[in-house]
Amino acid sequence: MQTYQDVVCTVCGCLCDDIEVDVDGNKVMKARNACAMGTSKFLSYTHDRIETPMVRKNGSTQPANLDEAVTKVAEMLVNAKYPAIYGLALSSCEAVKVAIELTEEVGGVMDNQSVVCHGPGVLGLHEIGVSTCSLGEIKHRADLIICWGCNPDEAHPRHFERYSYTAKGRWRNGKADRKLVVVDVRQTSTARKADKFVQIDQGKDYELVNALRTALRNEQIQQEKVAGVPVEDIEELAELLRNAEFGVILFGLGVTQTVGKGRNIDGLFSLTRDLNKYTKFQIMPARGHFNVNGVNEVSAWQTGFPYGIDFSHGYPWYNPGETTVTDIVRRGENDAMLVIASDPIAHFPKDLANRIRKSPLAAIDPVHSVTTLVADVVIPSAFAGIECEGIAYRMDGVALPLKKVVEPSQGVLSDEDILKKILGKVRELKGRSG
Amino acid sequence: MTSLQVTVLSGRTLRQGVGKEAGKTSDRYRTAVSVCEMHPEDIAALLIKPGDYVRLTTAYGTVVLKSASSNQFPRRGVVYIPYGPYANQLFGPDTDSSGMPTFKGTIATVEPAGPEQFKKIEELFDAEAKI
Repeated sequence: MQTYQDVVCTVCGCLCDDIEVDVDGNKVMKARNACAMGTSKFLSYTHDRIETPMVRKNGSTQPANLDEAVTKVAEMLVNAKYPAIYGLALSSCEAVKVAIELTEEVGGVMDNQSVVCHGPGVLGLHEIGVSTCSLGEIKHRADLIICWGCNPDEAHPRHFERYSYTAKGRWRNGKADRKLVVVDVRQTSTARKADKFVQIDQGKDYELVNALRTALRNEQIQQEKVAGVPVEDIEELAELLRNAEFGVILFGLGVTQTVGKGRNIDGLFSLTRDLNKYTKFQIMPARGHFNVNGVNEVSAWQTGFPYGIDFSHGYPWYNPGETTVTDIVRRGENDAMLVIASDPIAHFPKDLANRIRKSPLAAIDPVHSVTTLVADVVIPSAFAGIECEGIAYRMDGVALPLKKVVEPSQGVLSDEDILKKILGKVRELKGRSG
Repeated sequence: MTSLQVTVLSGRTLRQGVGKEAGKTSDRYRTAVSVCEMHPEDIAALLIKPGDYVRLTTAYGTVVLKSASSNQFPRRGVVYIPYGPYANQLFGPDTDSSGMPTFKGTIATVEPAGPEQFKKIEELFDAEAKI
């Protein structure tokens, strides 16, 4: 039995790096310190694995060898006029780098899961800019934590104990020294822990944010309620925000996926900016997939843009709504798709899932998903952070090294190595060298 | 038949998160993502019990789910479905030029349904036939 210390959990954007993993005979036996989702991943990573590459022949997928599958994917990308390469939020940053090179080589569009999670936050960032910090600063200094449209209790189960509400920091002794406010449509389990819960009408975040900004300026709100919240409560909340020593807003998909989308985040970033006239205030998206921030980071430093990057002009081009994969698929513009470590068939609206299936589809994934079920080519991969190393970015932009604690099955490669093989084959088919 | 107009939200639940890590083809995942959490009074208004099946229909699609009485007190008329292939039968593809479909806030009709109308995940998608 071997115990690995300080293993990084590869489920959510918290990237908890204190996991102790017991390994016996190349099998994970126990994962201490992990939350329910982390434990489920470490103990279930052998379940549902894709055993062999698969290629669709005569209507059904058949086992194939890796070279055959790689060649099929390369041909699919080379023959397409406008291929989409999508996913990578569960891959290492090293894999992202190769995927960018591959997308540029085939003149396609590259997008990642932030298009359906925190993409609107990026739009808000473009418009307003952002005042943000590290999770360590929240742990040590924050005395007021606002969870707006996010539910860390279920989506980031160790956020409070490691980084925020209940964490014992240098200057803040857990929740005795902090207040928690939750703004949500539902009284979630996070809301039940809050010192103040503000139940908002669905789809009215933008209205409430702007009412708060109005109250902060001591201007009169000429209504009894805004977004279902009595004006007295809004004024009380504004006072609480203004009087914080170090406040932070954590926001989730409750504001990015609802009516208003990027405008809701414009509002929250503007509110944070306003609050810095009175006190120290920060804002941070509660990122979901463990390396969705890494895909944004690597894409941004390599191409200038964090997601929805179109290489069909011969240079990177970015215009959310035009170059985002959801819109490209909706308009029927792409004629092939390679999915890496993602499941858009399950997680995109049905109409988009059906449209993706109209053109050739390939998937690289360690495990079966709805996307691998319907793909034309499937290549099994190793789990980043369990079966191969790499770098991932935590939700606050801190880069952490992922550990390899077990060997993958024979012949199963990392996303990075599979993408390198596909890139090599693409260049061979195009008669080019790297 | 009794029916209600509701607003559908989708989102993360801990059971969905644990289920997806246990495997997308696992019973645990299917059970976690094929539930419609409703206000107890909305369930009563449909003359059904928690755990009975309901059909939700939007302008974009329809799906049958198991009802559950929400302990998270949404306002009446708001229902919650965990992220996944069932919820996505109901949402439209438009992104308002943002890249983001509206996963929270689609209007639906909900009505009682029979258990025989419930589909497994693979039955939502025809794996063999290319569309």
